[in-house]
Amino acid sequence: MRRLSGTACRGLQELHGPLLVIEGISGAAYGEMVQVRDPHGELRYGRVLEVRPQAAVIEVFEGTAGLGLQDTTVQFLGTTFELGVSPEMIGRVFDGLGRPNDGLPAPPAVVWRDINGRAINPLARDYPREFIQTGISAIDGMNSLIRGQKLPIFSGAGLPHNELAAQLIRFANLPGESQRFAIVFGAMGIKHDEAALFREAFAISGLQKVAMFLNLADEPSIARIITPRVALTAAEYLAFDLGMHVLVVLTDFTAYGEAVREIATSKGEIPSRKGYPGYLYSDLASIYERAGRIEGLSGSITLVPILTMPNDDITHPIPDLTGYITEGQIVLDRNLFRKGIRPPINVLPSLSRLMKDGIGAGSTRDDHAHLANQLYAAYARAGQVERLAAIVGEEELSVVDKRYLAFGERFEREFVAQGPDEDRSITATLDLGWRMLTELPKEELTRVTEEEIKEHLP
Amino acid sequence: MWISGPVVRVTTHQPARMMEMVFVSEERLIGEIIRLRGDEAIIQVYEDTTGLEAGMPVFGTGAPLSVELGPGLVSTIYDGLQRPLAKFVERSGPWIDRGGRFPSLDPVRRWAFRPATSAGITVEGGMVLGTVQESAVITHRILVPPRVRGTLRWLAPEGEYTVAEPIASIQTASHETTVTMRHSWPVRMARPVRRRLRPSIPLLTGQRIIDALFPLAKGGTAMIPGGFGTGKTVMQHQLAKWSDADLIVYIGCGERGNEMTNVLKEFPHLEDPKSGRPLIERTILVANTSNMPVAAREASIYTGLTLAEYYRDMGLDVAVMADSTSRWAEALREISGRLEEMPAEEGFPAYLGTRLAEFYERAGRVETLNGQEGSLSIIGAVSPPGGDLSEPVTQQTRRFVRCFWALDRELASARHFPAIQPVESYSEYAQDLLNWWLDHEPEWARLREHVVDLLRRDRRLQQLVKLVGEEALPDEQKLALYAARLWREAFLQQSAFEPIDRYTTVEKQLAMMRVIDHWYERASELIKRHVPFYRLAELPVNERIMRMKLTPNEEAATILHLVQEIDTEMETLAQSLQV
Ligand SMILES: Nc1ncnc2c1ncn2[C@@H]1O[C@H](COP(=O)(O)OP(=O)(O)OP(=O)(O)O)[C@@H](O)[C@H]1O
Ligand SMILES: [Mg+2]
Repeated sequence: MRRLSGTACRGLQELHGPLLVIEGISGAAYGEMVQVRDPHGELRYGRVLEVRPQAAVIEVFEGTAGLGLQDTTVQFLGTTFELGVSPEMIGRVFDGLGRPNDGLPAPPAVVWRDINGRAINPLARDYPREFIQTGISAIDGMNSLIRGQKLPIFSGAGLPHNELAAQLIRFANLPGESQRFAIVFGAMGIKHDEAALFREAFAISGLQKVAMFLNLADEPSIARIITPRVALTAAEYLAFDLGMHVLVVLTDFTAYGEAVREIATSKGEIPSRKGYPGYLYSDLASIYERAGRIEGLSGSITLVPILTMPNDDITHPIPDLTGYITEGQIVLDRNLFRKGIRPPINVLPSLSRLMKDGIGAGSTRDDHAHLANQLYAAYARAGQVERLAAIVGEEELSVVDKRYLAFGERFEREFVAQGPDEDRSITATLDLGWRMLTELPKEELTRVTEEEIKEHLP
Repeated sequence: MWISGPVVRVTTHQPARMMEMVFVSEERLIGEIIRLRGDEAIIQVYEDTTGLEAGMPVFGTGAPLSVELGPGLVSTIYDGLQRPLAKFVERSGPWIDRGGRFPSLDPVRRWAFRPATSAGITVEGGMVLGTVQESAVITHRILVPPRVRGTLRWLAPEGEYTVAEPIASIQTASHETTVTMRHSWPVRMARPVRRRLRPSIPLLTGQRIIDALFPLAKGGTAMIPGGFGTGKTVMQHQLAKWSDADLIVYIGCGERGNEMTNVLKEFPHLEDPKSGRPLIERTILVANTSNMPVAAREASIYTGLTLAEYYRDMGLDVAVMADSTSRWAEALREISGRLEEMPAEEGFPAYLGTRLAEFYERAGRVETLNGQEGSLSIIGAVSPPGGDLSEPVTQQTRRFVRCFWALDRELASARHFPAIQPVESYSEYAQDLLNWWLDHEPEWARLREHVVDLLRRDRRLQQLVKLVGEEALPDEQKLALYAARLWREAFLQQSAFEPIDRYTTVEKQLAMMRVIDHWYERASELIKRHVPFYRLAELPVNERIMRMKLTPNEEAATILHLVQEIDTEMETLAQSLQV
């Protein structure tokens, strides 16, 4: 694209939701950045969404409130949205568009990068296999996090996803590697106190290496479509230029999706489900797929997106499409929360797709996969029995079923539940898992081998 | 000019054709004309359109979007437009830059060509001119391109040739044509065959639930619908690894990059049970992952199919895996939406059904133009939004496929894999394959029927259990429930990741089926003789049955020892109770 700065144009034809239509121009480029000057001389930023003959449709990140057709000028910047990246982003706080908002000047850019990034060639990827110990049994034991994975947290309004994420950040910092470890935090539409909680978590963990990109609840919603992209552009630089292991936490994707929907609706696009545009899948993929590892490069991007499922509905388009793209999900559950289980992770709908290649002899322990499978099968059965008992009464249960019921309860209370400061080693987690299995008759343990039973069952 | 995402509208000054491939802008981004109206052409661009401006030039090519066919396809990973991904790495490192144009087949590599006939004869499309050993397992037959007919004037002697060098010349009615080992074919056009045959041979997959319950035929079609994380991709990988096809074309359409990486890393190290050679030697990969341009996702399906048809024409059994056809349908929807077409259901265009029909119709067992038998099987994953199988892509696909392997969220949560729902799923090939099984394993059909019946009965009983609890049932029904559980856990459940369990030979499958069937038959007799159910459920042999899947394929015969053990234990039990 041209590097020249275009001239300022007038000729606004229409203002509509976050969109602006300008006519009588030539040479606007698809995806080009623009600067919009409002009647008071204040600047806003926008991007060309559609090129038409002699016209362009522009999305304005700060919204169009206060703009008029006559007294607004638009300047085409001749470039796509780029972020100047540098090692000095670490330790800084930016707004949702990547501008400093900690009162300091912007760190001098080492290089400018298009925030949309480019697709990683599947041939150049390195398959992630390195186990990250988070200290949380429901994750380490049952849905292990792998370095370079994209593993979202599916939560609901009022559930403690932020606490979980904070816990994860605190423990996932590998000892001895802190020099090469950084966190990039991107907030989309979260509340001020939530943002504060994360800052606190970063402070407690002694992590200095954090870069924050914040678009909070009271800030312009359209800018949210930019926030995860600037955050990942920063992360890519840290990971693949500087060789760092970067943990990227992005929250809340539900707010992100709503911003995408708002633009699509304003454009009058035909929606697919619940008003969300049909391309939301590709749009989310263009964000999530930026996580990973690359052959020959030492850094990595591990991505933990957080989203709140509207109405706790996992089939809602945002969690649904996310689940179709990410490499598993950690699901928080309101029932467990009500029972007082913390963290309220429901392991059944949770999944880590990369777990199988990152665990076992040499990284965790050779019985890990079988044990996890056994716990899954048993806990699933316990759930069925519980539902059955609710109908027919506990007395009607078979002897074996009653033992499953006991297992289920103990599993939730002792294995899943743990204190916010309790950092369990993987060995402790696995041993605990075996202890849970003592609730069941030995003949039921068909997912583990006889040798494993001999060796590990207390 | 009008630009909206992957759709570009331009005024053309030259004659243009529908489906013509064009280059957009000086960067020469690849596109295809999808609508013509007056002097306006609408183009879907297969690459990112960011930065395109009004007034940019568009160059026609006069040809439809096509693939290059010839030796060198096997073991390669392509993008949706058949560009080798390795070339992108050379050009722009680990990230894909747009605008790359590379030959799909290596133009300088030499292949040892062996003529299979001699000059002077009359030849026509599909005839074998010679062969090239493309990989240790693929003998590539160089065919007269379809539609060419005439006298073979000259055929190259045995020797090494590149795909660009002439290896034959044919005098047709109108002119003399030079034939090279490479030719191109439009992706949207099915390659011709002599006639279609009935699919009557199973595609053996080594996956017990498929081979035994919901079999696929060579040349058949199957769909795998299921919500996220229910096991579609793992199943597709399993089929790509273990099914007894000669060649696999694996299309990653709008899915994860790491999944393609996984195949790339694994296949060179896994051994094809049929040939003993690394799986990669019989595999072609087409990858258009979710973050790659959406229009190319739409093309990738056709690219993959055309490559598959080409090998089928050589008389091979080819299987195509498309993961996920929903992403392809969504690409259609996106383009259609940008064209402001009138949508049918959920925004999908009204022609969704037609496109799906055309796609699955390219499968089949056929007699090729040269009279050989070949087959093309298609297995498509479907990703229904919210796991809801009533959505348009699932429903439309169902009309055109004959195997329906529905994945079940609850089974997947319990880590019961493959999570194929055993009652709702079906295969219409089961009937067509009966004769084949009668010829090969006469017992198979009978055993299969027993499982199917028992699983249906289990389903009905489960409803009852939900009302009254299991304890309230008579022993005979408890036994049926228990036996169904044995089938599900000891036989149907199969781990894709346990080296012994991931692939099961027919011999081992049969042995396992015999054992469970025998257990149930004997136990039913004892129940009739009033042996209490709980005593049968406690037999030590049951646990060994649960673990028989861990017996290696080579030792399958030893599984049958369990038949005697069942007899002994049950006999002893009956005696001890004096019934
Ligand atoms: N046959 C199997 N054996 C063992 N584990 C399996 C099997 N099938 C699936 N799984 C487990 O389930 C996980 C999800 O499977 P998979 O990736 O195939 O789901 P999917 O249906 O393709 O999901 P998506 O639609 O999101 O791509 C796997 O990572 C694996 O852990
Ligand atoms: Mg998948």
